[in-house]
Amino acid sequence: MPENYLIEVHNLTKRFAAFTAVDNISFNVKQGEIFGFLGANGAGKTTAIKMLSGLLNPTSGDAKVIGFDVKTQAEKIKKNIGYMSQRFSLYEDLTVFENMRFYGGIYGLRTIEINTKADEILTVLNLVNERNVLVKSLPLGWKQKLAFSISILHNPPLVFLDEPTGGVDPITRREFWELIMEAANRGTTLFVTTHYMDEAEYCNRVTIMVDGKIEALGTPLELRQQMGASSMEAVFLSLARKSSRREL
Amino acid sequence: MKQFWIFVKKEWLHILRDRRTLLILFGMPIAQILIFGFALSNEVKNSKIAILDHAGDDISHKLIERIEASKYFEITKVLSSDSEIDAVFKQGAIRLAIVFPANLSADLYHQNDVQLQLISDASDPNVGTTLVNYMSSIINDYQNELIGFNKLPFTIKAEVRMIYNPQLKAAYNFVPGVMAMVLLLICSLMTSIAIVREKEMGTMEVLLVSPLKPTLVIISKTIPYLVLSFINICSILLLSYFVLDVPVKGNLFLLLAEGILFIIASLSLGMFVSSIAATQTAAMFGTLVGLFMPTLMFSGFMFPVDNMPIPLQWLSNILPSKWFFNIVKAIMIKGLGFSAIWKETLILFGMTCTLFIISIRKFDKRLAL
Repeated sequence: MPENYLIEVHNLTKRFAAFTAVDNISFNVKQGEIFGFLGANGAGKTTAIKMLSGLLNPTSGDAKVIGFDVKTQAEKIKKNIGYMSQRFSLYEDLTVFENMRFYGGIYGLRTIEINTKADEILTVLNLVNERNVLVKSLPLGWKQKLAFSISILHNPPLVFLDEPTGGVDPITRREFWELIMEAANRGTTLFVTTHYMDEAEYCNRVTIMVDGKIEALGTPLELRQQMGASSMEAVFLSLARKSSRREL
Repeated sequence: MKQFWIFVKKEWLHILRDRRTLLILFGMPIAQILIFGFALSNEVKNSKIAILDHAGDDISHKLIERIEASKYFEITKVLSSDSEIDAVFKQGAIRLAIVFPANLSADLYHQNDVQLQLISDASDPNVGTTLVNYMSSIINDYQNELIGFNKLPFTIKAEVRMIYNPQLKAAYNFVPGVMAMVLLLICSLMTSIAIVREKEMGTMEVLLVSPLKPTLVIISKTIPYLVLSFINICSILLLSYFVLDVPVKGNLFLLLAEGILFIIASLSLGMFVSSIAATQTAAMFGTLVGLFMPTLMFSGFMFPVDNMPIPLQWLSNILPSKWFFNIVKAIMIKGLGFSAIWKETLILFGMTCTLFIISIRKFDKRLAL
């Protein structure tokens, strides 16, 4: 019996004029795993995420996300994924609850569902008293956790997190990863890009992208053993040195 | 459809939470109408003038009385020699000087010919000319009275009627102009900033990954501004009726319908700007320099289009605001009906459709990349 793959990518390529941003990548992501997508800036991570979330059409190759083809069924993919970007993507001039109501609403959730879900999130995040506070006035770490909770408000089976921990201190990052792991325990599949190598250790499996190609794929342990390195940092550095691309 | 309303609601919250924007949205039309109505005016009143009376006789005294009595002039300097004239002009103390020759009554009665000298500060040519015209007409009135005693054999009189605006009120021109400016500014500036802000904040990304259609995103962002602009048309019309005494002579509903057409044109311009601009500053700069300035200068509001060089006249033809300005003037001031403005309306309609389609497609394409 074949494993249940949530993302299947075969020879996916994206070219912009003469520049090949993503060069013939293939991988699968299993249901319920935390899949780390590592690489330096400009390695092609964001382009890959954009193709998988249906924002960008691939130049060649195939990809299926939750069983839907990225080329022809982008609409269906969009309904079934969550997405959180580096910039947290909350409306600062709306209150905590208004943000939840808005994002819940655009995914077509009913008012009752939104209210139940909102109370649940506020309790988990210990934000009950901040329900009607403008997001602007929350500390960065809270905003980040709130943004993540909102990205999974509509219970998507798959969530893309594009550098979700940028600019946050290590303790807050640690707390944030606990949220991610709880979501994974509930069966959500998480596709995370990051360039913090310590975070790679939290992932079930990681790929390392260099110059648009996948240079390594496996569990953190496997990769360390393969490369004979003591940490993911060392694994990454030895691979990334091959890069001919300047930082974009 | 439900998502659409959720989006519009969120957009309202943005607008209502931002006090400064609210102030601009509702304060600007009121401020502009009041400023143009009361503070800025082309009419010349109470200009300071100097008198140099070499004659000092009956006729010069009567003329001076009349000049003093008019609301246009205020005699602030009485000079005693020609050499002082230059000095008072240089001080900037006066706009105009009038010199009566020494033998005023003698020359007038014996030679039937006398020359008064008017010296006008033409550093502002319009004001200079206007003052000379006013003064000449005071002198002519007086002359006509004198002629009463010994009539000329025949006279040619021009009978003048100033139609559409018999009182020559500046408001008849600027109310339509302010309407075009305010609508353009609110619709294009505010929407482009609102859209670009989502890009800058990173929330646009999330909206695009969501099941919302890009077209729906952009249209629902513009809806609140459409409503606000419509409220502004109404407040401008009310202000102009009650405060400036400028009524709508033609059909009010036709005027409002044309207003909505122009609002949609301006919203499309705003969307267009936002599809190019990456930052809020760029969007603001683009709308102010690219849309607002040309409207101010080339729509015919400030300077008559007919006097412009041909290339600038072409430029004015591609501005939606020029057509809207002419339409509003026709309906509001001249009281004309649709049959008189269908051509302008058709052009505006064509522009609106083109702009709308281009902007939506440009937005879609940028996302589809």
